Amino acid sequence: MSASAKPKFAMYWAASCGGCEIAVLNTHEKILDVDANFEVVFWPVAMDAKYKDVEAMPDRSILLTLFNGGIRTTENAELAHLMRQKSQILVAFGSCACEGCIPGLANLSNKQALFDTVYNSPSTTNSQETRPQPETAVPEGTLKIPYFYPVLKTLDQVVDVDYYIPGCPPESHQISAVIDLVIQVVQGKALLPAKGATIGAGESTVCDECPRQRNIKAIKKFTRIQELKVVDPALCLLEQGIPCNGPATRSGCGALCPQAGAQCIGCYGPAAGVIDYGARLMTAFASVIDSTDPQEIDAILDGLVDPAGQFYRFNLASSLLRASRSAWKSQ
Amino acid sequence: MNTDTFEPVIIGFTCNWCSYRAADLAGTARVKYPPNVRLIRMMCSGRLDPTFVLKAIAGGADGILITGCHPGECHYLEQNYKALRRFQLLRRTLAQMGIRPERLKLVWASAAEGVKLAEEITCFIEEIRALGPLDWPALTGERIPVASGFISAEEGGR
Repeated sequence: MSASAKPKFAMYWAASCGGCEIAVLNTHEKILDVDANFEVVFWPVAMDAKYKDVEAMPDRSILLTLFNGGIRTTENAELAHLMRQKSQILVAFGSCACEGCIPGLANLSNKQALFDTVYNSPSTTNSQETRPQPETAVPEGTLKIPYFYPVLKTLDQVVDVDYYIPGCPPESHQISAVIDLVIQVVQGKALLPAKGATIGAGESTVCDECPRQRNIKAIKKFTRIQELKVVDPALCLLEQGIPCNGPATRSGCGALCPQAGAQCIGCYGPAAGVIDYGARLMTAFASVIDSTDPQEIDAILDGLVDPAGQFYRFNLASSLLRASRSAWKSQ
Repeated sequence: MNTDTFEPVIIGFTCNWCSYRAADLAGTARVKYPPNVRLIRMMCSGRLDPTFVLKAIAGGADGILITGCHPGECHYLEQNYKALRRFQLLRRTLAQMGIRPERLKLVWASAAEGVKLAEEITCFIEEIRALGPLDWPALTGERIPVASGFISAEEGGR
């Protein structure tokens, strides 16, 4: 099979950390299957290519694009539209593209507070309080950089998305399974799942995959795991008062964190059927508090030092409210 | 913002066994309360999924009223305590989102307390009217407001 006859593959990163690309490379020799079955035409982290090269490609000429990262700037949005236009299958790859992830936590703050943190923190020398401007006049002409949106968006809030692969990052064995599936589809041996499906993950919750013992949950105190001297290795973490996000988080990782003695932080996003991830967790956490007295409940809730961060660590940008009031109102 | 013409939109969640009947009683007895509240009947305040509250806010509500049976009187034994705990947790989370906790109110009302419920509704509407519109921007999807003043947009401290 000549190189040009192979279906084309692209991967792009927007507002993300690069961990998703590492996860893809972490499939080890499976990456050779990608090379054997696809022509990689655009993958900024792995090969040299320019945006204009992609613009020159015929529409829908790329079979599969894995898009990771949220939409933070106008550049991210432009590339999202470009990859949608050039791709037959556009996949929101990883938590950032699916639900905003850690970059989406910036939606708790307004744009001015974000810029103050980055450009005016005590560790930053910026005596003239310089801020990046979308346009700057210099003797040679006008310099332009992308505009920073006040509210980070997920990929599907900007363009139409075909499939979702959750995880921060997606587990390599799940990526391998998806690669195998796509190759089988290309070879005519399998059918694509229904549009809009979440692939490379389960439908249930992390609790379902967690081997820890669960009894009746009744909590008198929430404690952060780092403040505990002893953690029972066999008992459900939530029952020990450790805020664990397993009850709302999609299965697929194999409950890696709880098995390693750490609480689930929710990187696989909402389980199937969950509309608002944080709301599901609020339901779960409120249900296990063992008190009927408002003052005592408040004292127990004081143990949850950062409820929004706990409930929306990965999911804020795709929650029902998406961003704080001040983030929405900033420009 | 012109508060003279602002009519708050309140979504009120009522329990089939107590507060919904209290509202019904208020109607039967011709007790008046303003039409700003839209009451939704559930089988129990314990059915209140925080999703409902968030969806109401995202859909344009200015305040949310949660009502249920008095402590110890739940038709399903203790589900109103779950509503209480969700209410207290929701208030904390909403505060971090820049929404004043006062926009969420919990009222216990038995089936006999039609007058009390009408008073509480009237009182809550005036409290929300004083707070002004919440006007959640997600309401209109992709709209990014052009209003200036980053800090003044924040409700209360964070």
